[in-house]
Amino acid sequence: MGLTRQSCGSGAANENFGRGQTSGADYVIALAGNPNTGKSTVFNSLTGLNQHTGNWPGKTVTRAEGFYNHRGLTFKLIDLPGTYSLLANSVEEQVARDYLCFGRPDATVVVLDATCMERNLNLVLQVLEITSRVVVCVNLVDEAQRKKIVIDYQLLTAELGVPVVPTAARGGVGLDKLVEAVSGIASGRIKTKPCIVRYKEKIEAAVQVLEPKIKKLVGESFNARWLALRILDKDQSVLASVGHSLDRNNDPANGVEGAVLV
Amino acid sequence: MTRGSISAGLNELMEEASRLNPGGSLKISDSIVSTIYGRAEEIAEGVVSRQGTPRIDWDKKLDDILTSRVFGFPSMLLLLAAVFWITVAGANIPSEMLATGLFWLQDRLTEILSWLHAPAWVNGFFVEGIYRCLAWVVSVMLPPMAIFFPCFTLLEDSGYLPRISFNLDNLFKRAGTHGKQSLTMSMGFGCNAAGVIACRIIESPRERLIAMITNSFVPCNGRFPTLIALASLLVMGASTSFGATLIVVGIVLFGIVTTLAVSWTLSKTLLKGVPSTFALELPPYRKPQLGKVISRSIHDRTLFVLRRAVHVAAPAGAVIWLMANIHVGDLSILAHGANWLNPLGQLLGMDGYILIAFVLGIPANEIVMPILIMGYMSTGSMIELNSLEALHRLFVVEHGWTWLTALCMMLFSLLHYPCATTLWTLHKESCSLKWTALAALIPLGVAVTVCFVVAQSVRVLGLL
Repeated sequence: MGLTRQSCGSGAANENFGRGQTSGADYVIALAGNPNTGKSTVFNSLTGLNQHTGNWPGKTVTRAEGFYNHRGLTFKLIDLPGTYSLLANSVEEQVARDYLCFGRPDATVVVLDATCMERNLNLVLQVLEITSRVVVCVNLVDEAQRKKIVIDYQLLTAELGVPVVPTAARGGVGLDKLVEAVSGIASGRIKTKPCIVRYKEKIEAAVQVLEPKIKKLVGESFNARWLALRILDKDQSVLASVGHSLDRNNDPANGVEGAVLV
Repeated sequence: MTRGSISAGLNELMEEASRLNPGGSLKISDSIVSTIYGRAEEIAEGVVSRQGTPRIDWDKKLDDILTSRVFGFPSMLLLLAAVFWITVAGANIPSEMLATGLFWLQDRLTEILSWLHAPAWVNGFFVEGIYRCLAWVVSVMLPPMAIFFPCFTLLEDSGYLPRISFNLDNLFKRAGTHGKQSLTMSMGFGCNAAGVIACRIIESPRERLIAMITNSFVPCNGRFPTLIALASLLVMGASTSFGATLIVVGIVLFGIVTTLAVSWTLSKTLLKGVPSTFALELPPYRKPQLGKVISRSIHDRTLFVLRRAVHVAAPAGAVIWLMANIHVGDLSILAHGANWLNPLGQLLGMDGYILIAFVLGIPANEIVMPILIMGYMSTGSMIELNSLEALHRLFVVEHGWTWLTALCMMLFSLLHYPCATTLWTLHKESCSLKWTALAALIPLGVAVTVCFVVAQSVRVLGLL
């Protein structure tokens, strides 16, 4: 019950991180967030897809997809596994991280639990390292209100440099604004100035050396700073994914050599 | 760029990285984690403020009781008992009404057929075989499901289920298995096939196999009606739904104990290993959304399970009618089988008809009772079974049941091999014939052993 073939498919480990079938969709949107933040509720409210929601820990193991329309455009929403970080400690984290990096969604919505912002912000900062096209959705604001937690959204927007939308997805509150912000980011109407975490000098110096070399090798298609950090960290799984992804790009069957996946 | 030049480029980068970070001296991961967490804390501090002291933290208060060492288990049992009591007490009347209605329809169908001058076997095959089996499954299963599933979904929606997992985690750890097994076990209450699929949430293959093999020790929805009917039979006379509830709760607890015992045995013998750890977040309690609970439990669960049961029951009813009505010598095939199985049945405290009902019930546990009733009435006589009294008369008066028979049948139903759907799912999930076979044979062994011990000790001790 609840765990369907789709929500816990055994293929979660060997996902294909292309953008998949984009037929019919104008934009592809990824949905990331910690477990138990109501991410599935946001997903269901937006897509109307009849997908079971509940409190099972680690329920969404693989991605679920759905579509919604906004102002005549079709958005494809991809529900990433709920994770606490993107450090690839588990299959779920690796799936989410690889999709954000190599799937290159037009926008990424990070769903936060308003009642425990600190823990949830960790994930936002890690997502911002990979992509700047982010909308932060602070969910469960009704619960936060009940617990007398007050959040300064203007300050949060300024700190993060990306749009912040408060929502109470269970009651459908704020979803219209969320959809609006997502379309703004996806179309490029809204420009972001993402907050990038700076590390200690020695690391930054090493990144400075690697970054241009990575750009030369992989072009502008991937986030070179983030890759530099992963390579410095000797993250073999990322390297394998990069190789795989570039291979696919250069496959003559996929069109022009070196073309960016569209 | 070719494949070769890319991998060469990547290798070059790796070498460069090794030069920049000799022997991991930069401590990248540690630094990244601490910097990011520090920054998150900084932002959160600036952005989040508390307006006065929060009102009473109900979540914490509730958790202090529901997950405490002292009250955790009693409160869990109470909730479980409450759900079963509501199901048992509430299901009786609608069940009877449905049965009356459906069997009234059966009579009308027979009348129509005889008005059409249809041959007797048409009426037997379609009405007494297929239709009656369907009617039984619907009238016995629908009301308990329509009550049990919404209750269960309410608990799920309110956030209680993760607490069950939290309470049971320690027990499963001691049995050498994964704490998430308590979750897959809870799902087994709905449907063992779903429970087996849910075992995917357990990462370690060893623990996943244990969870899959032991999943059928909790009664699924197809077996609850059987258990509830038998429990009600047991307390006939002093007929209260309270007594029946106690028996059902006892049986469920026995199933959980068996799950733990078999898991422990497996993790010490066939599937040795150390239990892995996992972090379990207890989400806040949330007010269930009634509309959604009802629509989900009725649409996704009740009707789904019922549809499956009906799909299986219709052909099964036909096969059983044929078996009961095709005679070899002076006995039907069903009677031959029952006679052949009778000695074994007696050893296990049951009889041949009960065993053959379990054998023929492999496609779905829901049809074990209908098969048994058809077997007992194998002459195809038209007794209407729309109440417990009729069931009591058929079982106890006509076929010499004792409380031991009912108890052993309940135990066998609880412990025996999972249904065909579950086995098929098991095979698809484990990709191994060996483990699928074991998943059928281990429960069968346990069921035979337990029933044998219970039946023989009762007889030896002269309790009967």
